[in-house]
Amino acid sequence: MIRVVKPGLSTTVQDLGRPGYYSIGLPPSGALDKYSHTVANLLVGNDPAAATLEATYLGPELEFRADLRFAVCGADMPAFLNGQPIPLWTAVAARSGDVLSFGMLQKGARSYIAVEGGIEVPPVMGSRSTYALCGIGGHEGRALKAGDMLEKGDLQTRAPREGVAVPEKWRPNFAEAAELHVVPGLYVHRLTEESKQEFFAAEWTVTPEANRVGYRYKGIRLQFVDRPQPFGAGSNPSNVVDCGYPIGSIQVPDGVEPIVLLNDAVTGGGYATIGTVISADLDRIAQTRTNQKAKFVEIDLAEALRRRRERQTRILEVESFLRQS
Amino acid sequence: MIHSTPRYTYGGDEFIFVELSEEMSLEANIRVMAITRELQEHHIRGVSDICPANASYMVRYDPDVISPEDLLRHLEAADRSTTDLAHVSLTSRVVDFPILFDDPWTREALMRARDRHQDPNSTDLEYAARINGFSSTEAFIEALCRAPYIVSMTGFVPGLPWCFQIAPREEQIEVPKYVRPRTYTPERAFGFGGAFVAIYPVEGAGGYQLFGISPSPIFDRDQRLPDFRESMVFPRPGDIYWFRPIDMKEYEAIRATVENGTFRYRIREITFNPNDAIRDPAGFSAAVKGELER
Repeated sequence: MIRVVKPGLSTTVQDLGRPGYYSIGLPPSGALDKYSHTVANLLVGNDPAAATLEATYLGPELEFRADLRFAVCGADMPAFLNGQPIPLWTAVAARSGDVLSFGMLQKGARSYIAVEGGIEVPPVMGSRSTYALCGIGGHEGRALKAGDMLEKGDLQTRAPREGVAVPEKWRPNFAEAAELHVVPGLYVHRLTEESKQEFFAAEWTVTPEANRVGYRYKGIRLQFVDRPQPFGAGSNPSNVVDCGYPIGSIQVPDGVEPIVLLNDAVTGGGYATIGTVISADLDRIAQTRTNQKAKFVEIDLAEALRRRRERQTRILEVESFLRQS
Repeated sequence: MIHSTPRYTYGGDEFIFVELSEEMSLEANIRVMAITRELQEHHIRGVSDICPANASYMVRYDPDVISPEDLLRHLEAADRSTTDLAHVSLTSRVVDFPILFDDPWTREALMRARDRHQDPNSTDLEYAARINGFSSTEAFIEALCRAPYIVSMTGFVPGLPWCFQIAPREEQIEVPKYVRPRTYTPERAFGFGGAFVAIYPVEGAGGYQLFGISPSPIFDRDQRLPDFRESMVFPRPGDIYWFRPIDMKEYEAIRATVENGTFRYRIREITFNPNDAIRDPAGFSAAVKGELER
């Protein structure tokens, strides 16, 4: 059992998500930074599908009510056990009565707290992820509140070793401006050629509207090709006949402030999307915050698949390292 | 007429997006349904989501299981096997859908958002009636409810149906979306944007013109009502809704049955050849009405 002493800014139960319900309008939800989520699980011997706690910007305060191993991965947000600093990206043992708390965020935006066995909440449509807009999944369908009691699950596949840490080379670096790789497509032809080039050349800044639904960026104004609008689309040149929105797709309502749609996004709508951030870089978006810089880098599908494999290989290497240590 | 070749494009490494037509038409939507139903029946390994939309569709897949090239070949094959709608037969639920137009709740919401609207001095109904050439909001509501709508897409948030009127193009109503979206829309609001009706399943943001409210829910998370036993959302692509104007008394009577858990939609099932609806919308509407009144 874990008691939530303070909930933090927004701490939710997340796993790898809820695929398969996109067509009814239910987005997949799930950990925004799946790499950090997965590595936190591996550190405590869990299946990567086990649920962790995703803490945004400000960490929670949690009291363990049982002896339990846990790990904190993701943002550089200092963690403390009974007030003493503990290492991140490391399996740590807690005794019943110990209190986990967090300090000021240094880099990144989201911390993932894995406990051995995973956080146990009733799965809804195959997932424990929280989709707060409709109150689906997670702990009572919402972000944690003070006084909540969390149960530990049984998704442990092997016993973790205390003190084992993920070597530096497998820890992401959140310091520099984020480079987000994009496969152009969907309705990119609606942009003028000049605007398309400007989109990839510009430096973008994360606005305060950046959450699990999507990240909005400010920078330059983009121009759409002038045309008589197709029937049913709506009158703005950024409008199209309402269609599906892939996770990671970038829409630019009225040509201002591109929005990258994330795990809790609306599944469709009537804005032209001009490309999609590759799945491997969604982790990186999740670790950016207000006023940070980002660049969108154009790549093709072959390169997207290469980067996808690279990320999978990294996870396999971490897993194999943890098994052997 | 829609293009003979759909436009295939990649949504990053996990999505393929297929546009059948740039503009909206019943024919494009029926083609989308035929193709996505065909794909669903094939249970392609590695495909997690098949999402029909108004004039396009989208597939989510795992490129570790199926390569994008192989998936593309499946999509092209599904397209080829459904080019002739003469052999396609669709089974749809025809649903009687009561709506309270010009209700106090959406009126309050839209009055609060006048600074985001094309015409701050009108209500959404007055504005939409005027730009579509109607002399009164009553005549406009009559036109909105003159023919049934097909649920051409579901999504945005769980259960939201986009509904497209089965009517000749010259009778179609079209309205712009808000200049800037509202931050508040009541649950069950009946909105109109582009050429589509949408009913908002839950309270939230929204950019469609607000004309009324439905007494019956379209999203029931706890699956309390009988119509939601199989799914927490009611609408399904291909459903046919007949919107019927009601008064406050009937609205309240329906609300009471929703509250006490006994509400059921009035549903009839029909099987039809889509070409009949495309070629003769008026005849199709009459047949649907006959079925509902049976």
